[in-house]
Amino acid sequence: MAGIISYGTYIPLWRLSRATMGAGRKGEKVVAGYDEDSVTMAVAAGVECLKGFDRQSVDGLFFASTTSPYREKLAAGIVATALDLRREVLVADYTNSVRAGTIALRAAIDTVKAGTADQVLVVAADCRLGAPGSEWERKCADSAAAILVGKSEVISEAGHSYAVCDEMLDVWRSEEDRFIRSWESRFVAGQGYVRVTRDAVEGLMTKFGLGAGEFSKCVIAVPDKKRQAELARTLGFDPSSQLQDSLLDSVGDCGAAYPLMLLASTLEKAVAGDRILLAAYGNGSDVNTFEITNRIDNLRDRRTIEDYLRSKKMISGYTVFLDWKGLLPHQKPPYPLGEIAAPALWREREQNMRLYGGRCKACGAIQHPPQRICIKCRAKDQFEHVRLSDKTGKLFTYSVDHMEGIAGLPEVVCVVNFDGGGRIDCTMTDWTSLEEVKIGMTLEMTFRKLYVREGIHQYLWKTAPPRKRD
Amino acid sequence: MESIKDKVAIIGMGCTQFGELWDKGPHDLIVDACSEAVEDAGIEATDIQQAWFASLVSGASGARLSSAFKLPYIPITRVENFCSGGSHAFGNACYAVAAGVCDIALACGVEKLKDRPGGFAYPNPEPFDSSKIISELLPANMFAHIAVKYFHENGWSDEEGKRILAKIAVKNHHNGTLNPKAHLHREITVNDVLKAPMVVHPFGLYDCCGVSDGAAAAIICRADMAKNFRDDYILVKAVSFASGSGESRFCDDYDYVDIPETTIAAQRAYEQAGIDNPRKEISLAEVHDCFTIHELILYEQLGFSPRMRGGEDVNAETFALTGDLPVNCSGGLKCFGHPLSATGLRMIYEVYKQLQGKAGPRQIKNPSLGLTQNVGGMVGFFNAAVLIFGNRN
Repeated sequence: MAGIISYGTYIPLWRLSRATMGAGRKGEKVVAGYDEDSVTMAVAAGVECLKGFDRQSVDGLFFASTTSPYREKLAAGIVATALDLRREVLVADYTNSVRAGTIALRAAIDTVKAGTADQVLVVAADCRLGAPGSEWERKCADSAAAILVGKSEVISEAGHSYAVCDEMLDVWRSEEDRFIRSWESRFVAGQGYVRVTRDAVEGLMTKFGLGAGEFSKCVIAVPDKKRQAELARTLGFDPSSQLQDSLLDSVGDCGAAYPLMLLASTLEKAVAGDRILLAAYGNGSDVNTFEITNRIDNLRDRRTIEDYLRSKKMISGYTVFLDWKGLLPHQKPPYPLGEIAAPALWREREQNMRLYGGRCKACGAIQHPPQRICIKCRAKDQFEHVRLSDKTGKLFTYSVDHMEGIAGLPEVVCVVNFDGGGRIDCTMTDWTSLEEVKIGMTLEMTFRKLYVREGIHQYLWKTAPPRKRD
Repeated sequence: MESIKDKVAIIGMGCTQFGELWDKGPHDLIVDACSEAVEDAGIEATDIQQAWFASLVSGASGARLSSAFKLPYIPITRVENFCSGGSHAFGNACYAVAAGVCDIALACGVEKLKDRPGGFAYPNPEPFDSSKIISELLPANMFAHIAVKYFHENGWSDEEGKRILAKIAVKNHHNGTLNPKAHLHREITVNDVLKAPMVVHPFGLYDCCGVSDGAAAAIICRADMAKNFRDDYILVKAVSFASGSGESRFCDDYDYVDIPETTIAAQRAYEQAGIDNPRKEISLAEVHDCFTIHELILYEQLGFSPRMRGGEDVNAETFALTGDLPVNCSGGLKCFGHPLSATGLRMIYEVYKQLQGKAGPRQIKNPSLGLTQNVGGMVGFFNAAVLIFGNRN
């Protein structure tokens, strides 16, 4: 048996008004912060998904994205390390298609069914770039979703799977392309995602003898709301009662994360006995079915998509958006930058990537970064690791840098005391107003991009106010 | 353990103009400061037997000093302790003279910051983090952390706190106008400070010291030889250093309203000098007002004001030039400027001139004991220096 045992999503704080991208445009677009990318968003969704689960029990981590930070270097390894999964974890990057999310999900289900892993975490994240002024730019959103697949105690049993492969030049981005490219939209839809997704769903129905009426919800992850409804109708579903809301107006098309985001939104409202059909497109189509168990009620503490959508901050303008996407030229900063030393980064990966502090076995004091000699009792090499990334804390003191601000925002540098002991100096990100920055405020840790320099993506944990839950 | 009190005397000092000295290189600054010191002592450069040279980014190795000032084949050690290198160069020279391994020594500190991009001494990341990614603790941020916490603990609003700090900046700006070698010469008002552009909350522009070029130098000798050079030599009463090992960085019980390294260095300095009541006994102090909050907490840490009550003495103008205990008569780091490794020696220069009665329009009345306090580093890892000097009476 295999199924979903947990889920989690992540939607960045930032929104860009679509009106800034063209006259008459409506609504907002979800945009990753200047210090976020697909890896950091995947970590955030992974943290949410693993809330209440033992991270040591995760046997595999599949990362799915078309926007991995490196052309050669495993992104799943960065995500697995930041999530503090154990070293003997099976990792894989699923990439080069917006179908990567469901390809990874299917692979995780099959891996668990095959008995080679008990739990596999699938994290899908994307921050695809459309050329400035293009339809793609208006549609693409940055977000992440995570699904924990396991063999027992599932909230949703995995049912049937079906896939087709269908080669065509509809949407692509080559090694040289900065932005997504595509053929004429009626070709892309008609001969692409509409035809192929329909074929895949029909194939599944025929192969397993299923009918549309047997499903409580169908999730059709193609990048157009009207086409979703049209497809649902063609396939015999009632769009008004059975089709899962597309989220395209509220969240947007978040690429490889989109099908899993839709699946998570279905799980948020699902009740025991519900049957779900999930179809996704990308040079072919995957279809998977699920049946909800009564364990679904154990996961009602997850931050919901609605929670994320309500907690937001507007980007001040289109040029700021372009700047955050690295599309504006920059002067070299007027101060020297620290050198990059791979050996030092490797040596200190546990304190920086896993955010380990050291707890002195002699006196109990928690220190970050970990020390050799305890500052309190002088015990030497008597430390055990303590993961600080999942601890909440309180703001002890802070400063707001208006001169050396970062990405056009004042930089809040702070000292955080962790609940349960220990202290860290770090930067606060995703504050919504400086008025909320007060001594004693509750904070949590968030994995972020520190810089990209000479093509090297450097990550570090920052602190942030928790996204509000209503 | 013996005290260094009265074993070493200063017989000559030199200090350059501080400021944005675009037309002076580190060599020029070294030559100007050391020439004045040698001339003031009435010796030849060739009389110097050993030297200590402080620089953070303006010259590696002791040979930087001799290449400029031409001190052939004497032992020279470079000292680097962030912003406190000057005090440490001076202190180590004192130790050598007190130990009797040399009779006449030179300590020189120089910093040529304005050749650096933006005047920054070194890259932003935390210097002790070998992977160079721990958060950017620029000095302004570190001291702002203290200010925010100090305001909070005192129950002050930002406005109340900033008003107290503003008075310190106004005082130091006034003193700077009386000092021809100071970087900045301009009277300011409390309103100027409060309305200045924000740098790092809660600091506006006037809460921050100048980024300057400059050098200072001292010639010291055995105390029993000093009268051979001049009558108004100045005696070293205490040399006290303390370096942090992360106590206030790693422990969540550190309260961020003081710098423990300095408190400990001051206690030891008072013991060495035999001072029981610093508020009464110290005539003047030059302290490390890199940011206004630092001068405020230093009043308390040096025992001039009760803990958390420095603001009352600020309001009473205790530390003004005409007050009971003038602090930063020179204009302080705020107006004299802060070329990192030169600052400690520059502070000693002011105390030396004041104790000799040669401080011109900012001369205070009948000083007998002067203190310098200098610090370099970051929260948890400060290198604190407290030195005390007296005239021969």
